[in-house]
Amino acid sequence: MSILEVRNIEKHFGATQVLNDISFSLEQGQALSIIGSSGSGKTTLLRCLNFLEKPDGGTISVKGNMIFDASDPATQLEKEIRTKRLHFGLVFQNFNLFPQYTALQNVTLARELLAAERGGESKEAIEAAGRELLAQMGLADRANHYPHQLSGGQQQRVAIARALALHPDILCFDEPTSALDPELTGEVLRVIRNLAEQNTTMIIVTHEMAFARDVADQVIFMDGGVIVEQGDPREVIDHPKEERTRQFLSRYSEN
Amino acid sequence: MFLTVIGALNEGFLQTLKLFLVTLIGAIPLGLVVSFGSMSRFTPLRWLTRTVVWVIRGTPLMLQLIIIFYIPGQWLDRSPWPGGETGRFMASSIAFIINYACYFSEIYRGGIQSIPVGQQEAGMVLGMTKRQIFFKVTLLQMIKRIVPPMSNEIITLVKDTSIARIISLQEVIWAGYAFLKGSHGYSGLTWPLFFTGVYYLVFNGGLTLLFGWVEKKLDYFR
Repeated sequence: MSILEVRNIEKHFGATQVLNDISFSLEQGQALSIIGSSGSGKTTLLRCLNFLEKPDGGTISVKGNMIFDASDPATQLEKEIRTKRLHFGLVFQNFNLFPQYTALQNVTLARELLAAERGGESKEAIEAAGRELLAQMGLADRANHYPHQLSGGQQQRVAIARALALHPDILCFDEPTSALDPELTGEVLRVIRNLAEQNTTMIIVTHEMAFARDVADQVIFMDGGVIVEQGDPREVIDHPKEERTRQFLSRYSEN
Repeated sequence: MFLTVIGALNEGFLQTLKLFLVTLIGAIPLGLVVSFGSMSRFTPLRWLTRTVVWVIRGTPLMLQLIIIFYIPGQWLDRSPWPGGETGRFMASSIAFIINYACYFSEIYRGGIQSIPVGQQEAGMVLGMTKRQIFFKVTLLQMIKRIVPPMSNEIITLVKDTSIARIISLQEVIWAGYAFLKGSHGYSGLTWPLFFTGVYYLVFNGGLTLLFGWVEKKLDYFR
């Protein structure tokens, strides 16, 4: 059984259709890369999975449970959306760290709030887990720094630790290196690569083609709100079948 | 003579201070409610709130004071306000709270809307409730941004309290002016009136230091 099943997702903004009949599935422990030019609908798709946008059609299932069905309002109750979101983690292009909290507090805040609500973990345990995650990101010595005292690459790694702290089933990355200069891109990609090696289930929207090919088990190429081509990364990226995919990729091989 | 004047001015300034504090205590939270109303997704509520804010900010506080104090008495058989200084203070407090809540609400609205939507989305994907996002994520960032405009408005409030004189609230300028006309057996004294200015200056000096300190306290993040 796939960990994630997305079926026939549709999304319109006014008269513009931004997602058209999007279907794919993802297996536990696999990494999926979504590539495509700006405006192709990649980010909107991630936002739909994280309930930041509501699809106009289609279904989303996690571990065999239907968590969203556009035709069934019972799957869209406001109070349940919050828990459903926890299946997914999202790392933003612009990090969106909370500026008034230290790196460690950014990582522990949400988990502490959940623990206060549901009981369970002690503050100390959460903090220890947070430090562990930061260490894993190579930021052990930055735990007490505030976001503005960190480089973009460091901020993004804190954001990854923050998303991991809630143990999402599927971790989503929305162009995680697009706001970084090339020097800082490497350190963030390295961290994501490590996560892939540890079989973290991930969806990565990215413009880094070489990275997508190396890390992903599956690649989706999107254009104009539809999936043009999907499959093994070596197939899609090295031997694309569709003309549109070839056109898109040729722009990358030129530079 | 000096002590008599100072005693009378102190008494007046106490009234000024009371009105100032009551206004803050009422208008700071009420302003938040008004700002939520003016940002509501429910259109009739949004327009109603914005219309109220427009009327209150668009007309003089002095006019609002006069209306609140005198008009109910004209329409009802007798004035709803208790007699003497108590009634005048109550009417002043209500007029000031409503007026300042409207000004504060616009400052809050600007503060809230200046926070990038990504902050809220980050909270949402981390499973926080709207309430938690407001109190744990947005509020402090908003406070940091509104300290400078709020300090401006609060310093204006200190001086605006003198407008309550129009319904004979015996605040500090009233007390100083009384010596010009005759008070405590003195008449024609001009210096007590100028002296009231010292009270405002000293008090606002203190507030300026306080707000500077708050700004510095919030300097640890950007």
